[in-house]
Amino acid sequence: MKLKKFVAGLAFAAGTSVISSAVLAAETIKVGVLHSLSGTMAISETTLKDTVLMMVDEQNRKGGLLGKKLEAVVVDPASDWPLFAEKARELLTKDKVDVIFGCWTSVSRKSVLPVIEELNGLMFYPVQYEGEESSKNVFYTGASPNQQAIPAVDYLMSDLEVERWVLAGTDYVYPRTTNKILEAYLESKGVAKEDILVNYTPFGHSDWQSIVSDIKKFGSAGKKTAVVSTINGDANVPFYKELANQGVSSEDIPVVAFSVGEEELSGIDTGPLVGHLAAWNYFQGIDSEANEYFVQQWKKFIGDEKRVTNDPMEATYIGFNMWAKAVEKAGTTNVDAVEQAMIGIEFPNLTGGVAKMNKNHHLSKPVFIGEIQDNGQFEVVWATDDVVAGDAWSDFLPGSKDLIADWTAPIKCGNYNTESKACSGQAK
Amino acid sequence: MNTLSALRSFGQWFAEFRQPGRGSSWLVGILLLVTLTMSAANLLLPADSPLYVSTYTITLMGKYLCFAMLAMAVDIIWGYCGILSLGHGAFFALGGYGMGMYLMRQIGDRGVYGNADLPDFMVFLNWQELPWFWFGMDQFWFAVLMALLVPGLLAFGFGWLAFRSRVTGVYLSIMTQALTYALMLAFFRNEMGFGGNNGLTDFKDILGFDLQADGTRVALLLATTLLLVLAFLSSRAIVQSRLGRVIVAVRDAEARARFLGYRTEHYKVWLFVYSALIAAVAGMLYVPQVGIINPGEFSPLNSIEVVVWVAVGGRGTLYGAIVGALLVNYAKTRFTALMPDAWLFALGALFVIVTVYLPRGLAGIFERFAVGMRREKHGEKSWRENSGQLSAGEVSA
Amino acid sequence: MKFLLHSLWLVAALLLPAGSPLAQTPPTAPAVGELLQQIPNASLKKTGELVQQLEQAGGAEMRPLFEAMLAGELYAVKESDKLVAVTKDRAGRLVGREIFNDRKLAAFASRDLKKIRVNNRLRSQLRDAIARIDLLHGSEEQQHAAVLSILDDLSSQNMRLLRSAETAGASAQVQEVIALADAMVQLRDSRVLEERLAAIEIMSGRLEAPVRNQLQRLLNDDGEQEVAVKAAAQKALDKIAGRVEFYGQMEQLFFGLSLGSVLLLAAIGLAITFGVMGVINMAHGEMIMLGAYTTYVIQQLMPGAIEYSLLLAVPAAFLVSGGVGVLIERGVIRHLQGRPLETLLATFGLSLILQQAVRSIFSPLNMQVVTPGWMSGSLVINPVFSLTYNRLYILLFALAVFAALVAILKKSSLGLNVRAVSQNRDMAKAMGVRTELVDAMTFGLGSGIAGVAGVALSQLTNVGPNLGQSYIIDSFMVVVFGGVGNLLGTLVGGFSLGVANKFLEPATGAVLANIIVLVCLILFIQKRPKGLFPQRGRAAE
Repeated sequence: MKLKKFVAGLAFAAGTSVISSAVLAAETIKVGVLHSLSGTMAISETTLKDTVLMMVDEQNRKGGLLGKKLEAVVVDPASDWPLFAEKARELLTKDKVDVIFGCWTSVSRKSVLPVIEELNGLMFYPVQYEGEESSKNVFYTGASPNQQAIPAVDYLMSDLEVERWVLAGTDYVYPRTTNKILEAYLESKGVAKEDILVNYTPFGHSDWQSIVSDIKKFGSAGKKTAVVSTINGDANVPFYKELANQGVSSEDIPVVAFSVGEEELSGIDTGPLVGHLAAWNYFQGIDSEANEYFVQQWKKFIGDEKRVTNDPMEATYIGFNMWAKAVEKAGTTNVDAVEQAMIGIEFPNLTGGVAKMNKNHHLSKPVFIGEIQDNGQFEVVWATDDVVAGDAWSDFLPGSKDLIADWTAPIKCGNYNTESKACSGQAK
Repeated sequence: MNTLSALRSFGQWFAEFRQPGRGSSWLVGILLLVTLTMSAANLLLPADSPLYVSTYTITLMGKYLCFAMLAMAVDIIWGYCGILSLGHGAFFALGGYGMGMYLMRQIGDRGVYGNADLPDFMVFLNWQELPWFWFGMDQFWFAVLMALLVPGLLAFGFGWLAFRSRVTGVYLSIMTQALTYALMLAFFRNEMGFGGNNGLTDFKDILGFDLQADGTRVALLLATTLLLVLAFLSSRAIVQSRLGRVIVAVRDAEARARFLGYRTEHYKVWLFVYSALIAAVAGMLYVPQVGIINPGEFSPLNSIEVVVWVAVGGRGTLYGAIVGALLVNYAKTRFTALMPDAWLFALGALFVIVTVYLPRGLAGIFERFAVGMRREKHGEKSWRENSGQLSAGEVSA
Repeated sequence: MKFLLHSLWLVAALLLPAGSPLAQTPPTAPAVGELLQQIPNASLKKTGELVQQLEQAGGAEMRPLFEAMLAGELYAVKESDKLVAVTKDRAGRLVGREIFNDRKLAAFASRDLKKIRVNNRLRSQLRDAIARIDLLHGSEEQQHAAVLSILDDLSSQNMRLLRSAETAGASAQVQEVIALADAMVQLRDSRVLEERLAAIEIMSGRLEAPVRNQLQRLLNDDGEQEVAVKAAAQKALDKIAGRVEFYGQMEQLFFGLSLGSVLLLAAIGLAITFGVMGVINMAHGEMIMLGAYTTYVIQQLMPGAIEYSLLLAVPAAFLVSGGVGVLIERGVIRHLQGRPLETLLATFGLSLILQQAVRSIFSPLNMQVVTPGWMSGSLVINPVFSLTYNRLYILLFALAVFAALVAILKKSSLGLNVRAVSQNRDMAKAMGVRTELVDAMTFGLGSGIAGVAGVALSQLTNVGPNLGQSYIIDSFMVVVFGGVGNLLGTLVGGFSLGVANKFLEPATGAVLANIIVLVCLILFIQKRPKGLFPQRGRAAE
């Protein structure tokens, strides 16, 4: 008897859920959120999930889009790269979302890419990355190397008169590519090969004694030395601690980091870091009305006065708002229409000025260099005069210097070779 | 109808099922039937039909079956020979990398840089030419050969050294864990030429068939099922043969078996290699279906998780390993969607409960009923009556 | 740089004894009080100028102000724009003091204060200013540091500054460095061969970086015609290189020992639970993690007494981890007596639960554990060789823990029981040893030691839910390598792995060194399954 009832209940539940989802599907625009909520990347990515949810709330308060409410569909790819592809497929085929905000690491993006392209989805990727990619189905709202690494090096060279360079990074694709680009860039500026020291360490490296000692020796050659750090996440704390303990101060050998932001600083004792630098497109401490509102809104949404904002959050914010604008402009959520509408869309940055989506699916944004303060915030010491357009393909790598991305007619290609006038990688 | 009687009747059915030879064929039948139906439903039915099976489900099923094969590989050596390998993920991943390299070469000049000779990741890291170990990987047969040979040789070398010097039990487990950990560190290095942390991805086609096409996916699922069934049948043949008896004897009393004149280390080495090969095949099938292989697959955590699947399903029974892998992975997919935070609690608790209270896993529960049923039916006394532990002679699959 | 030199020159002018033609006070120097008034509302650039003017106007008296500014302790009271130095006291209150006479002020609320911002440029300016003040007015140590920093920039103004310091009466140690500076100038400027050779003689064997750089530059300089000078410089440089090489080896040895001490700390608890009891505790890493989190909690409870927090954290972490260990033994491991592979699985499950529990309670973010002052910085032995205090203390601490553990096992009655049970459980039971209690105690002891290790590790690495995981494989390797059931083996194993790793690292890089050591270990264990110091006798089987 019980079994029968159970089965009947099940059938009923299944039926209603089908009906309700059918009804909802007609009335809402679905926003997929593909950020890890568990596993190693949860630390960083949970914040972005919450940011998207906050943006969806805000948009709904404003009356939604095209007269429909937005509905967020959150899944957890659990920092497991194959799972990213699987969940992307789930979002696109089962939940039929209109847009996806997601991914943090390059490997997760690479894993998702074939699925998004196959099913013609639309994804916004909000984290600084190595470039060398432009997909029709992805918009890159984080910085590419020429929007972070190169301005930072320019600053060190011109303002701090640095002549010797340590390029230290975690051994994965972002530091590898960034350092390749920087090496080529530095050499083009006349820096000798022996004045560049490149070093790679594994994820979560904690014993920095030898490396810091090497940096110290490298820096004692009588020329001003700086470290350009693409060291990832957890490995940073022991690195900075060791620097401080071995007596390397930010005045002697400044470290400029591309992966250390407000959120990373909130978990550590910032004492030993004070004076070291970071390059980003956004800092929480930048004074502007929009930023103040955003920070307050975030603290209220999350219910914690101590929570901080960071650069990938701003990238998510810009991406979301641009998408909303593009949907209004196109009058539909159809991927092809929105993709074309996105190009040329402008939206104000939180830090002032206006970000613009370029033909290569990357943004034009300003670049800031900040000095770490003992309260875990940054003091801006330098900023670009104007916005910098993101490069999909670096001009400093031999493999990609002839490549450009242009998603407008007639080229419509993510990797167009300006020499051979052909879109490489496509069946001829 | 209450739960207990449901279980009893299930047990009765199970008693039939457990008859060696006949019963296990059921599992084979079910597997084939389910995957065939799913394939047909995916290919033949229109997408809006209520019975349509989405490609997402097909891929998911394919992944589960690969895991099931891996679990079976672990079970053969752990359940039957008492070798607890905490590093079987290494063989799985090596097989996967072999296939991944083939798929990578198949991309040819369709990569973003349009370079026909080098995979994309080598182009942007400024590699000038293909490393020697990539040669020949554009041939399917060669890639498959390598994907079997490398893990096979590794297993042989490792097993030969370890078993000959009688490294057993816990020591062996820790060694296998160190092995996979060392491999993980090595594959994370970009200098190795395997794509570092990003691994190998963005595959286009296999043997000329488009990997994104529904037909290819269904074919991969069917191939996985077929190979799983084959592996299952051959493993069953092994454990039911004389060889299998010796293996179980090694598990239960290695010294005694040795004194009886068996070269126990030979048996162990060959079984270890056999198991590594099955894991490698699972890895080979896994990669084209999930579309990426990266060093994370070497992580010791993954290998330990496999052991849990086997423990939950019931070690020392081949079908138990398969059922365990399917169940735990299904639960993982469901659970992580519903409450990501609770999943680790659930997984952890599963470990503790199964090892402390269910040393023989789900298969143990079923069998207790099955044995009870059979005894009721035939009025015979079971030799198994008092033993909760696994014991010698119990080699049915 | 230009700006710095210029200011140096100005200051030199100021500080030189009267009678020197340069000693004229700039007629337009504004009064100190006026300058101080401007600081709270100045931009960073303006602050730099103010600091320069203050140094001119106030001289040595400005040192406390610069010090406070450099340390980031300088605040302005919002209402009055008065400058005060503010630090946190033990209770976490903001306590102010007068800058120039150290008089205590009342506690401030943070909203009443405005921080004076400092950036790198300003910091190096302040440091230079302090060095200049110290050169004439500081203690012997400060003077020494100041002279050393001047070796980098031997301008004539700076040399004059050194002269005046010398005449003002410097200690022998400082005199020696000044003589070195003279020699460097001599080598650079003199045209007389003998003088230059004599200068090289003085510079030979000195480890200060500027000496090396100058000699190297001289060798690379094609304009230098004097063969004898070049040959002497080469010889001097070789001598220096030899010494640097020697200290480099010493440094590597220290790094290796330090890494070894970390491995030893992580593994030593395991040597008890695994080695003595035969339990494979995969949750061992989480015991370390709990110890580190205990340190964090202790620091949160007593924000004003960071200096003592670690001393308190050691026993607390021992109790917390040990307590959890006893619970695990009673709850789970007891049921798995004699089934080592099963304990491996069950404790692995426990480790997942503990990790997730910490994530739920504290958050998945890393926690902020502060390093007390006495653990920061380094013991400088010479310019190319220094030992960082935190590593040094942890090395000593690891040895102390090891000694304590050996003492417990060898001398106490608990130790006697533990050894008895591990050697022959049934016989011990027959003799009236309460084996169950001993088991629980042993496991608690091993876990407690792991917790203590966590306190030390919290000073070196991130305190987060994954802390333990990164040490578990290494710990097992150390114990197996050393020989299960042998504490001395663990000690030797830990240190030799650490040293091997660090000596490989320069040649291969950190990752490859790690891999090579792992592979060698695997091969070693295949060859000698019982480790370096195999257990003998009945207990071995």
